[in-house]
Amino acid sequence: MKTQIGEPVRRREDLRLLRGRGRYVDDIHVEGQLHAVILRSPWAHGRIRSIDVSAALESPGVVGVFTHADFGEQLRTMPLRLSGIPGVEAFLQRPIAVDKVRFAGEPVAVVVAETAYLAEDALPLIEVDVEDLPPVLDWESALEAPALLHEAAGRNTASVSVSRGDADAAFRDAPYTRRESFKIHRHTAIPMETRGLLAEWNEAEQVVTVWGATKIPFYNRSILASMMELPEAAVVMKVTDVGGGFGVRGEFYPEDFLIPFLARKLRRPVKWIEDRQEHFLAANHSREASCNLEIACDLDGTILGLRGEVMFDIGAYIRGTGTVSPTRSAQFLPGPYTIANFACTVNVYVSNKTPIGTYRGPGRVEANFFRERLIDMAARDLGLDPAAMRRSNLVPKEAMPYDIGRLVAYEGPVQFDSGDYIALFDEALREIGWQEKAAIQGRMVDGWYHGIGLAPFSESSSGGPKEHARLVLGDGGGIDLFVGSTNTGQGHETVFSQICADELQLPMDAIRVICASTDQLVDSIGTFHSRSAMMAGNAVRITGGSFRKAIEALAADYLGRPNVPVEWRDGAFFRNGEPQSVTLADLARFAAERGEKVDVTDVFLNETLKPFSGGTHAVHVAVDPRTGRVKVLDCIAVEDIGKVLNPLLAHGQALGAMVQGLGGVMLEHLQYNEEGQLLTASFADYLMPTATDFPNVRSKFMDLDRAPGNPLGVKGGGEGGIVAIAAAVANAVSAALAPLGVEVRELPLTPSRVWKMIRDAQA
Amino acid sequence: MTVHRLECVVNGEPVSAEIEARLTLSDFLRHDLRLTGTHIGCEHGVCGACTVILDGQAVRSCLMFAVQASGRSIRTVEGLADGEALSPLQQAFQDHHALQCGFCTAGILTTAHAFLSQEPSPSEERVREVISGNICRCTGYLNIVEAIMAASSHYGGRHEDADR
Repeated sequence: MKTQIGEPVRRREDLRLLRGRGRYVDDIHVEGQLHAVILRSPWAHGRIRSIDVSAALESPGVVGVFTHADFGEQLRTMPLRLSGIPGVEAFLQRPIAVDKVRFAGEPVAVVVAETAYLAEDALPLIEVDVEDLPPVLDWESALEAPALLHEAAGRNTASVSVSRGDADAAFRDAPYTRRESFKIHRHTAIPMETRGLLAEWNEAEQVVTVWGATKIPFYNRSILASMMELPEAAVVMKVTDVGGGFGVRGEFYPEDFLIPFLARKLRRPVKWIEDRQEHFLAANHSREASCNLEIACDLDGTILGLRGEVMFDIGAYIRGTGTVSPTRSAQFLPGPYTIANFACTVNVYVSNKTPIGTYRGPGRVEANFFRERLIDMAARDLGLDPAAMRRSNLVPKEAMPYDIGRLVAYEGPVQFDSGDYIALFDEALREIGWQEKAAIQGRMVDGWYHGIGLAPFSESSSGGPKEHARLVLGDGGGIDLFVGSTNTGQGHETVFSQICADELQLPMDAIRVICASTDQLVDSIGTFHSRSAMMAGNAVRITGGSFRKAIEALAADYLGRPNVPVEWRDGAFFRNGEPQSVTLADLARFAAERGEKVDVTDVFLNETLKPFSGGTHAVHVAVDPRTGRVKVLDCIAVEDIGKVLNPLLAHGQALGAMVQGLGGVMLEHLQYNEEGQLLTASFADYLMPTATDFPNVRSKFMDLDRAPGNPLGVKGGGEGGIVAIAAAVANAVSAALAPLGVEVRELPLTPSRVWKMIRDAQA
Repeated sequence: MTVHRLECVVNGEPVSAEIEARLTLSDFLRHDLRLTGTHIGCEHGVCGACTVILDGQAVRSCLMFAVQASGRSIRTVEGLADGEALSPLQQAFQDHHALQCGFCTAGILTTAHAFLSQEPSPSEERVREVISGNICRCTGYLNIVEAIMAASSHYGGRHEDADR
C-alpha cells in the first residue's frame, strides 16, 4: 500500500468546510439558550464607586444583570499557565472587575437576555460610577508612575536575569562593541472567528458542558473546575471547528469562567459570542517590547558576546501565557549563532492596556528583529559583508547537538537537537539572488531604493511532555481516531489520518479523525508551540501500533488458533495460505459478542530532546523615498522542519505565517491615545494584509534533517514562517535607505513612519 | 417592536418569515434559517466573511437588514454545490489548499463565484483586486488566488449562471 506520509494529500476537512457545514461555536444551538453580552470598562484606569443595574434589569427580555458580587465571595484570579518571572503572580486578573478597572475592555458586568439583540439593548442602561485614575501607558512611565496598578503588589514591574558564559568578560576584552536600542510595536493574532462560548448546566447530573474550547481544553477544564468548585469530571469541554487561533484564542479568559458560571446560576444554557471590537479590546495583545542590546566582536566579525535587557509592556494583568514572549525573547536573542557569552535581563511592566499573551512566534519575532538589526549595523561598522559575517557565526552542523544553556527559568538546559543552519542560509542567499543583486543594494532604480535583507533563525517546538491518542474499532468495522490536539485550521484530520493509515496499512478513508473533547480522551496538553505534528503525530503512530497488536490478538482468537500467525493485508487478516479472511467488521462483532470493544489509548512521551527547526528569511524590498511606501518584491523562507508530513499543508503554514508576519511589520498596529483608549479596535483602523498587499512570497523546505528525538523525525512547522520576517524586512529597508542614513530601530514600517525616518535622517 | 413579513428565495427555496426590521440578513440566515455556513467576522462590512449572492451580486449580509431582501433571491455557501459533489470552484479550493480554518471561506467562495460568473477570464491581478475585500488570516491569499484562477475555466461564457 502506498505510503501517505510525505504526500501532498488534499484535506479531508475541506469537504465539510467548503460546503458551509463546519460547526463553529456560534453554529451550535441548544434549545432554550440565553445570550450574554458583556459591559466592558470604557476607562483605562479607575476606581469603581458604584454600579447601578436597575434600569437594565427592566429592559425587555433581560433575565439577569450580574456584577462581581454575583460571582461568589471568593472570586478567584485566573492562574498562570507558564511562569518564569518571579513576582508576576501579583498581577493576576479576576474574571470581572471588583474594585478597580485597569484597562479599557475589562469586564464590569454581564447582561443575559433572551436574545443577543435584547441583551445589547440593555447594556447601555447600566450605570457605572468610576473615579478616574491616571493611566500608565508605557514601560517608561510604569517605572516612574505615582499610580500603582496593583496596590497590593507595591510595584509595576517584575524581572528575571538569564545568562550563559561570561558576557561582561567578553565585552571587557573585545576590540569592537556597539550598543543600540530597538522597539517593536503592539500587534496581535486577530483570528477571523472571534471568541465564543456556549455553556449548559445539567442540574440532575451537576455537570457543566462548554462548547467552544480550543487550544488547551483539558487544561482549561481543570481551571474551570477549580473556579466553579466542581470535580474535573463534572466539566466537559466540547471541541468545535475553530476559525483560527495563532496562540491567542483558547487560553483561559474571563468569559471562560463567567459564561459557565451563569449557565449554572440561571439553570439555562448561555451563549456568548464576542464581537470584533470586543476582540480587539479583550483578547490578548502581543509583541510590544523594547530592547537595549550590545554586541561584542572581533574585527573579523566573530561574535564574542551579546548582552542586554528587554522591556515588555504586558498590559494590565498577567494572563496565562503573559510571561512567554518576554522569557522566550531572551532565549532566542543569541539566535542560531555560536555566541558563547550572553546575558539578558527580562523586565515586564504593567500598564493600563489590554493584557498580552502568546502570538505565533512569541518572543522569537521580537528577539530576531533586535539581534539581526544589530548584526547588520556591526557588519557595516566592521566593513564586512553582512552575509559573510552571519555565515561565519552560525552554529555548524558538526556542533550538533548544541547546548544553548538554561535561558528560560521554567526549563532545564536546552539543546539545538540537529540542523544545518549554514546550508539553509546558503540556500536562502541563492533563492533571493544575494550576489546578483549586490549591484542594486542601496541603489535607486526608477525612483525606488532597493534593499535586500537577511535573517537566519532557530525555532523551537513541541513543548509539553506528552500527548495521547485513542483508536476505537466501531461496530461496523470503522475506525475512530481521537487526538487531543485541537485543530484551529492546520489540517489535523488529514495529517493524523495519513499517519494512522500508514501505521495500519489502511486507506485514509477507513479512519475518522476526531479532535477530542475532554470526555473522549484521557488527557491532552493541547495545541501550541507548533507541537501537534510532533507530539500528537507520534502519539497517533504509537497508538496505531498498539491498536494493531490488539486486533491481531483478537483475530488469532477469532480464528481459534492463537499461536498461528495471521497476515494483515487490504484491511483484513489472513491465515497463512488460506483464502478466507477476517475483516474488521467481523472482529468488531466478535469483540461485541464477548462483551468487549477494541478501544486502545496510548501515549507519546518526550521529556528531553525538543526539536529545533531552523532557516533563513530573505527579503527584497523597494522603498519610495517620497512617500515612505515599501514594496515587497521577493520574500523567501528557507526552512528545515525535519520530515515533512504533508508538503501541501506545510507550505500553507509557511506562506500564511509569512504574510501574517509582513502584516505585522508593515500594516498592523494597536495604538492607544493618552487616555488609554484603543484607537484601532476595528478592521477599518487595524489594517490586516489583503490579497493585493504581498503577492511575492515563497516558501522552501530543505529536506536535510530528521529530528532525532521522535520516531516520525518531524519538527514544528507552524511558526518558522513568521519568526524572522520582521528582522529581514527591517534589514532590507535599512539596506535600501543606507544612502540616506536610515537605520530601522523601530517597527512598524508604515509609509508615514518610513517617510519620517528618512526625514529625520536627513535633518 | 414592529414585525414585518419577509418573502424571498434562499438557495432556490421560497422562504417566508415574520421578523423585526432591525434583524440583519446575516443573523436571519444564521439563526432563523440555521444556514450557519455564512460567517460573521466584523459586523461592519470590512472582512467579507458574511458575503452572500443577492440576485447575482456579492453583498455583505451583515450590512443589510433581512427585510431588504424581500422579493430577492439569495444564494449562500450551502447553495454553491450541486448535491454532494463540490462545485468546480470549491474543488479548486481543495486542490490548491486555499483554506485553512475555513472561517473566511464562505465569503471568498461567494465573492469569487459572483465575480467569475460576470468576468470568467480575469487576470491574476484582477482576482487579487476583487478578493482584496475579503480578509483571510490563515493562507496569505496565494493559494486562494491560484484556486480562483484555476476555477475560472469552468465559468467561460456562462454569465447567466450567477444565480442559478
